[in-house]
Amino acid sequence: MDLYAARRRRNRIAQGLSVGATLFGLGWLVLILAVLLWEGLSGLSLAVFTQMTPPPGSAGGLLNPIMGSLILTGLAVLIGTPLGILAGTHMAEYGRYDRLTSVIRFINDILLSAPSIVVGLFIYEVMVAPMGHFSALAGAVALAVIVVPVVVRTTEDMLVLVPKELREAAAALGTPRAVVIIRIAYRAARAGMLTGVLLAVARISGETAPLLFTSLNNQFWSLDLNAPMASLPAVIFQFALSPYADWQKLAWTGALIITFAVLALSIVARTLAAPRKSS
Amino acid sequence: MTSAAIAAADRPAADTADPAEKIRIRGLDFYYGDAKALRGIGLSLHQNRVTAIIGPSGCGKSTLLRVLNRIYDLYPNQRAEGEVLLDGENILSARQDVNLLRARVGMVFQKPTPFPMSIYENIAFGIRLYDRLPRSGLDERVESALRRAALWDEVKDKLGANGLSLSGGQQQRLCIARTIAVHPEVILLDEPCSALDPISTARIEELIDELKDDYTIVIVTHNMQQAARVSDFAAFMYLGELIEVDLTSKVFTAPRDRRTQDYITGRFG
Amino acid sequence: MIEMVLPAGAAVALESPSRSRRLSRLRTGDALFRALARAAALAVLAVLAGVILALVAGALPALTTFRLDFLTSQRWNPVTEQFGALAPIYGTLVTSLIAMVIAVPVGLLIAMFLTELCPLWLRRPIGIAVELLAGIPSIIYGIWGLFVFAPFLQRTLQPALIQLFGHVPGLNALFAGPPYGIGMLTAGLILAVMVLPFVTSISRDVFEAVPPVLKEAAYGLGCTTWEVVRNVVVPYARVGIIGGIMLGLGRALGETMAVTFVIGNAHRISGSILAPGTTISATIANEFTEAVGDLYTSSLIALGLILFVITFIVLAVARYLLLRLERRIGG
Repeated sequence: MDLYAARRRRNRIAQGLSVGATLFGLGWLVLILAVLLWEGLSGLSLAVFTQMTPPPGSAGGLLNPIMGSLILTGLAVLIGTPLGILAGTHMAEYGRYDRLTSVIRFINDILLSAPSIVVGLFIYEVMVAPMGHFSALAGAVALAVIVVPVVVRTTEDMLVLVPKELREAAAALGTPRAVVIIRIAYRAARAGMLTGVLLAVARISGETAPLLFTSLNNQFWSLDLNAPMASLPAVIFQFALSPYADWQKLAWTGALIITFAVLALSIVARTLAAPRKSS
Repeated sequence: MTSAAIAAADRPAADTADPAEKIRIRGLDFYYGDAKALRGIGLSLHQNRVTAIIGPSGCGKSTLLRVLNRIYDLYPNQRAEGEVLLDGENILSARQDVNLLRARVGMVFQKPTPFPMSIYENIAFGIRLYDRLPRSGLDERVESALRRAALWDEVKDKLGANGLSLSGGQQQRLCIARTIAVHPEVILLDEPCSALDPISTARIEELIDELKDDYTIVIVTHNMQQAARVSDFAAFMYLGELIEVDLTSKVFTAPRDRRTQDYITGRFG
Repeated sequence: MIEMVLPAGAAVALESPSRSRRLSRLRTGDALFRALARAAALAVLAVLAGVILALVAGALPALTTFRLDFLTSQRWNPVTEQFGALAPIYGTLVTSLIAMVIAVPVGLLIAMFLTELCPLWLRRPIGIAVELLAGIPSIIYGIWGLFVFAPFLQRTLQPALIQLFGHVPGLNALFAGPPYGIGMLTAGLILAVMVLPFVTSISRDVFEAVPPVLKEAAYGLGCTTWEVVRNVVVPYARVGIIGGIMLGLGRALGETMAVTFVIGNAHRISGSILAPGTTISATIANEFTEAVGDLYTSSLIALGLILFVITFIVLAVARYLLLRLERRIGG
């Protein structure tokens, strides 16, 4: 019976550790969000959304980086989504049984988790250096490079889930392949595909590393895609590491805005995908 | 005598009048990758007649059906060799446009497959592919297709509802309506009732009987009573080969081949 | 029942010319769409090729100047233009190692909780909460680490560690020096929290994929939950767990912003994990826009190339393992 008692004890320890680990994990989430709210809420005011980033020592807001982030993200989605959907379509529809498709899938999965700073370097080399200056366009393309693998993955996964009977039924009416895909398969898979796009938006709206040497940063209001543009992550980076208290304050407020925007997006995305499992 | 044989023998004699040939299959082989699924099939399908293809699971009856509209073309590993003549033209030739072929040879599947859109759009979808019609013309075509499929009265007040909201039997009739709406010449039915309850099955069988006035119909079925009830001709397949084909009444009452007899008397299946 | 009988043959004959006209238009669109989709798929490959080519081209000046010295030297002097990658490589590996040492057991324990112990209704919320940790942008971890976590460590954990191991031979080197707050340990801890969701969610998925009969058989023998997990679940899910770990590792190796805030940016190799250091990504993030001179820039790109090669190998192994697992479960 001693042996059994020892086994039970060991089991109880393991279970305790398991519960503890879960609390530890959740604790971090709570802790991070709590500090964000604590530090960020006090700085949150209308001025944040209506005024430009200030020079050190004076009051201001985050209007230009917020606008910049919206533009960069929007542009990146505009570039990356069609490309990703088309590539995912090829993999799930036209090339589902090709060897090439498994190669592309493998490469895409690697790009999906490749370090984002490398993407920044890549775009610097192919866009910023040849053009001779930093630009919002380069930043958007860098973000688009991050969007593509996410959208490719979800598009392919969702299209593969569309029952083949549905495709056959549409084809049996004499529907050309492209129409079957666009009108029937996309429609059947749209919730999942939208989830993919939302997840991609969530992912890039907090990305900083690829922007550091592409769109750079801008103290001023600028909508010029050919010039550097401010973005929330870049401003947070700059302001948080500065020695000025009011800049640091704004950095916290920006962090709060970004985090809750991103978390809201991922929760919406997950709810959309609720019937299926998202990986 | 089996009940299927009795049903077949009861069919009116008018059906046996000499019909026109719509499709002729000659020396047809079919491959899934390296596996040969059909061997040297030769068969004629007649206009305004219902031909049932029967046989045990895996005998190749669905495969044969899937050759007739080249739906197998969707899968790169599958190929057919031989000749399938539709009104004298070989549809297996590389020059044949498969979409045009499929508009002429419609197909209804085992499981109801309504598209994820409204009832109206389900029907209009196929029509719009090939005919540009004004709204009123489209409405007419949709209505007439739904009427022919005996579904109009049940759905006329909810044409905007999603096709998936219908019952299984209604969904299958919607699929038939969708097929008819394109104005095909041939309709292929791949076990259209296997997922349905007996009442829905009876309605579909009734419908098949009405549709043959305008179409060449080929039905694959597991259910021998059904074959006996709805078909004029029956083709028995076994292990990828066509064993015998004749008037349904003959196949069910006086099969020539031992294997046919074993199958229809339920010795294997 | 039939209101309208259309003679099918006649209708078709009437429509044929218009049908084939529409058909040819559809056919053109069909071919176009197909070509576009194929081009997009190939573009994915092109991006990878482009990344490698651009990095190699950019790194070439540095690599031809320093040759193998680039990998073995820890000198990093922009003034004399002497660059060696050893310190950032070392920092990258050490911080990632710290992260994995913490995240792997914790992640596995959470996965065990989620699959074996947690009441059903609580599984999804907790699972989502853990995954939300992965959704928090890395710059948030960075600012949080710098302002909250590092000062906390400086006051509590680090003095305690120094106290505890300061006189233990062997370990004292590992925990030597004053408590700076920022440094490799801090970066490693933050990375641990960041990769935790990856390890957890993949472990949970592979735990769930263990056939229930196996677990039931073990429970039937009178095994405790812990024994079932250790002797049945983990061995069965081994490949998937390793895949998940590699995926997390790939993430840790390449993480930039969180590390940049708390690593201390010191180009030297220190035996103590309490000391400031640097990682490949932090070096690039900190210095790239300020780099003057082609050789400096090129050296930073060469760092990027090294990072990409390392993470590529790690991620390729991860994907390969997970793919094998998928096949086993799927097939």
